Amino acid sequence: MKPSKFDYYRPQTLEETLNLLANYGDEGKILAGGQSFIPILNMRMSEVDCLIDINNVKDLDYIKIEEDILKIGTLTRQRSLEQSDLVFDKLPLLRETCEFIGHQQTRNRGTVGGSVVHADPSAELPLVFLILGGKAIIQSEIETRETELNDFFLTYLTTDMMPDELLTSIHVPISDVPTGYAFEEISRRHGDFALVSAVCLMNRNISGKITDLRLAIGGVDAVPMLADEEDLKPLIGKHIEEEIIDEIAESVLEMAEPDGDLHASAEYRMHIAKVLIKKVMKKAYLRAERKEVPN
Amino acid sequence: MQQVKSNEKMTINTKVNDKSYEVDVEPRKLLSDFLREDLGLTGTHVGCEHGVCGACTIMIDGHAIRSCLMFAVQIDGSEVETIEGLQKKELGLELKEAFSKHHALQCGFCTAGILMSAVEFLYEENHPTEKETREMLSGHLCRCTGYEGIVSAIQEVAEKNNEGR
Repeated sequence: MKPSKFDYYRPQTLEETLNLLANYGDEGKILAGGQSFIPILNMRMSEVDCLIDINNVKDLDYIKIEEDILKIGTLTRQRSLEQSDLVFDKLPLLRETCEFIGHQQTRNRGTVGGSVVHADPSAELPLVFLILGGKAIIQSEIETRETELNDFFLTYLTTDMMPDELLTSIHVPISDVPTGYAFEEISRRHGDFALVSAVCLMNRNISGKITDLRLAIGGVDAVPMLADEEDLKPLIGKHIEEEIIDEIAESVLEMAEPDGDLHASAEYRMHIAKVLIKKVMKKAYLRAERKEVPN
Repeated sequence: MQQVKSNEKMTINTKVNDKSYEVDVEPRKLLSDFLREDLGLTGTHVGCEHGVCGACTIMIDGHAIRSCLMFAVQIDGSEVETIEGLQKKELGLELKEAFSKHHALQCGFCTAGILMSAVEFLYEENHPTEKETREMLSGHLCRCTGYEGIVSAIQEVAEKNNEGR
């Protein structure tokens, strides 16, 4: 349980980091919080020739709002996100989700960007950023580009990034975030990886009917899954109804292919996905403020 | 920028339990092994070595962190506190007394890590609820006690400290 040998680089600036990635990207890896990556190295599931430790690149650790967009630097610790007043005020859903990420002791070290690029289909942050319409800002020596998170996750632990690229921040729009929100997950023990997680955002009009609805589910496929607008239509313009939720759950999960493993069978994962969809929709419904919406 | 080849050692400067060190370490050396083998601080226990059990938890710049999920080279310039440092602090003594009173340990393997987490927790939370205490403890595995004693001990120290304020 000791990692194999590697060359170690500790850049102080973003430029140095990108330069290192350009030179060693193929054989190297970025080390941020290391709360998923170091176990992988310890267990020798992966070996790297060179490790680029970005923990000293302090410019990548920030949470700020610019033009109605919450910008989170890649090196922001999950614990800082949890304790941020900005997040508390503007994105209560994100705040609520934080306490499900590992444990306090791992959130102290684990980073926002690290969780996103690790792209575990049952991880909390990728799922929540996905439903919030987040974007990944990716930089290399050659260019800076941004991509919708919906296109960012390709399959298990695989993203749209090239070896010479670094995820530098996550941008989340904060205007027009629906007022009703809920995050739920089921794991073997609190703090463990979720077997399945679900998240919902919802708006209601003055007479209480649903006007806006978003739903995303983690752990049922190779990537976190954002429900199609088409599948959610049956509830738009209605009050919440158990039967319609069941229908929606069926159609949303139609394409899902959960893996069965030691922790839970595929059938069980499908079952709890349906249970959780029901749970988050009801909770978001109760939390949504009734307000006038323009037609 | 600092860099070191895999077969070389890097010189790091760090403060552990208020004592300054300048040491050469191999980049792949885990912090937990560094504390035990290089500094002889064997109070930090190594359990699972992949961040699940919490036995190796220590404090770095005031935050409870798993020492098996960091490399020793990463504490360059940081202040570290381990269980050995805790025994000189008042809070450490209070926790020790409460853990003894409430039978909050049996074999003691997990205890060092739990105490380090408890210290950060008690600095941050003035009035922790039992639920919050349990949530903090969810990052530690204890196979002897069933946690009840640990929860009572930490709650008692929290309450006592509040009275003193």
